[in-house]
Amino acid sequence: MKKYAATHEWVSVEGKTATVGISDHAQDHLGDIVYVDLPEVGKSLKKGDVFCTIESVKAASDIYAPISGKVIEVNEELDSSPEKINEDAEGSGWIAKIEMSNESELDSLMDLEAYKKHCEEEG
Amino acid sequence: MTVFDKSTEGRTGFFLPKEESYGYEPSDVLPENSVRKESPLLPQLSELQVMRHFTGLSEKNYSVDGGFYPLGSCTMKYNPRLNERIASLEGFSQIHPYQAEDTVQGALEVMYNLQNFLCEITGMDSFTLQPAAGAHGELVGMLLMKKYFELKGESNRKKVIVPDSAHGTNPASAVMAGFEVIEVPSNGNGRVDLRSLGEILDENIAGIMLTNPNTVGLFENEICEIQEMAHDKGALLYYDGANLNAIMGHARPGDMGFDIVHLNLHKTFSTPHGMGGPGSGPVGVKSILKDLLPVPVVRFDGSKFSLDYHLPNSIGKVRSFYGNFGVFLKAYAYILTLGGDGLKRASEMAVLNANYLRTRLSKLIPTAYPGLCMHEFVLKGSKLVSEYGVKTLDVAKRLLDYGIHPPTIYFPLIVDEALMVEPTETETKEALDNFADTFERILSEAKEDPNILKAAPQKTVVGRLDEATASRKPKTRWSKDT
Ligand SMILES: Cc1ncc(COP(=O)(O)O)c(C=O)c1O
Repeated sequence: MKKYAATHEWVSVEGKTATVGISDHAQDHLGDIVYVDLPEVGKSLKKGDVFCTIESVKAASDIYAPISGKVIEVNEELDSSPEKINEDAEGSGWIAKIEMSNESELDSLMDLEAYKKHCEEEG
Repeated sequence: MTVFDKSTEGRTGFFLPKEESYGYEPSDVLPENSVRKESPLLPQLSELQVMRHFTGLSEKNYSVDGGFYPLGSCTMKYNPRLNERIASLEGFSQIHPYQAEDTVQGALEVMYNLQNFLCEITGMDSFTLQPAAGAHGELVGMLLMKKYFELKGESNRKKVIVPDSAHGTNPASAVMAGFEVIEVPSNGNGRVDLRSLGEILDENIAGIMLTNPNTVGLFENEICEIQEMAHDKGALLYYDGANLNAIMGHARPGDMGFDIVHLNLHKTFSTPHGMGGPGSGPVGVKSILKDLLPVPVVRFDGSKFSLDYHLPNSIGKVRSFYGNFGVFLKAYAYILTLGGDGLKRASEMAVLNANYLRTRLSKLIPTAYPGLCMHEFVLKGSKLVSEYGVKTLDVAKRLLDYGIHPPTIYFPLIVDEALMVEPTETETKEALDNFADTFERILSEAKEDPNILKAAPQKTVVGRLDEATASRKPKTRWSKDT
């Protein structure tokens, strides 16, 4: 199951683990990404916390945790190849895996169709 | 070609005395790890070659002296040569900061008078001239705020509110001073959203940092309500005065209720912004904060000017000596030559020029917010993407081919594909029309063949730079092997 936050992060759920990243729409808006400040493994997050900062040629942007939980793995490849997010934001450009502490939060996120509409309205 | 590429083994333009003539070996006077084992790898050129190399580089530079420079938020205006001349007068340029006070009374008088002028212009009670730039002024302002609450026993105030449109230095300065930053969103009119502000304002807020006109070039017309809300909760109001050139002589931050302000003398008061030498970011405060100002403060007892270091509650020293004195001189000369009426008129021209250009350009690309602007305005370039498949970046690069410095792009962050234009008060109508005509031409190019824009610039010294690789794999120094 894949869901999106209004702040342009995606969550893909398998069991209790959520893989998170930024949407393709978001990477397109940020432009060429040059640096990803990854969260620390073991860190506890509340939904809405800033858990990562992404620097592109345009700006530095905060990325918000779309769900609460504990960071159990980060995509260390992004350290040396931040461009992975531009190339495949919703696949190999994932940012972190989070062990969810409150799965019901998923209900407040959008499915792809609702997210697309949200992007259009924002644009 | 770098100066190294022009090097020829053995060529030289200058003869240094032979090492023996010093009468000692470098190892006699220097620790071992500071003594070179081999000669430094310096380029070898004749004096004329060096002259031509650097003159050539300077000719490739783009400057306000050479052309229109509407870089939003940066106030790239023309700064009268007269002020440079005054600043280089020998009596000013040849004095030393360690000279005795009674031998530099004139210099102290300039600083004292300038402090007073700035008080008058901004409506504040006291000024320090020490901070070296805008961002440094912000940091000093934040440290003043912190100290103020420490002395009041309100150290619980650890948060500072900053609008989402703010210049990046604002939140950075607050964090540097040890505050936590909370962002307040803008409303649909590009101003601070008062409802959201009310929700985050509480007894843990030390202050609100605002720019007025703000970074989208709009006057915060609810500033009186904002100041009341802030002061009701015991918070202070900070004014980023980098945009003062829009309101000089017409409105004063002090009267709007601001407690601390910084100004960018390099921008508003006749020192070039960037690349033209050092800046200056004086900080002004209301009397409740005046004893906390950095030392030294310039005083006058009716007959003699002096430097006062005895402020027990001062936040301390923030800069070596007394600040960037040359910039004070230019500001002082600028204020005296224009006078009160002239400063007022400078602001009027800044606003008039911006609105003229806004009216012309908004027929091509919509502005981000409706209505009149102050000294600058923001266009929303998302239409370029949807209609022509070109980005703001492509338009900016194409402007270079027409010999015009592009506006600021992708700032402020809250506007999609932003183009921020600040024509400044010193441009003629012809220059503004030329810019608007060029813009129009570029948009028709975009319609006919977007690739022209995507391949731009073609006529510049270097083509489109690969910014992403430059940031991902920066090479910051020359080496023999590259
Ligand atoms: C609105 C605003 N605030 C602060 C600054 C920072 O000033 P400085 O570049 O002197 O540090 C600038 C820069 O021009 C600015 O435009």
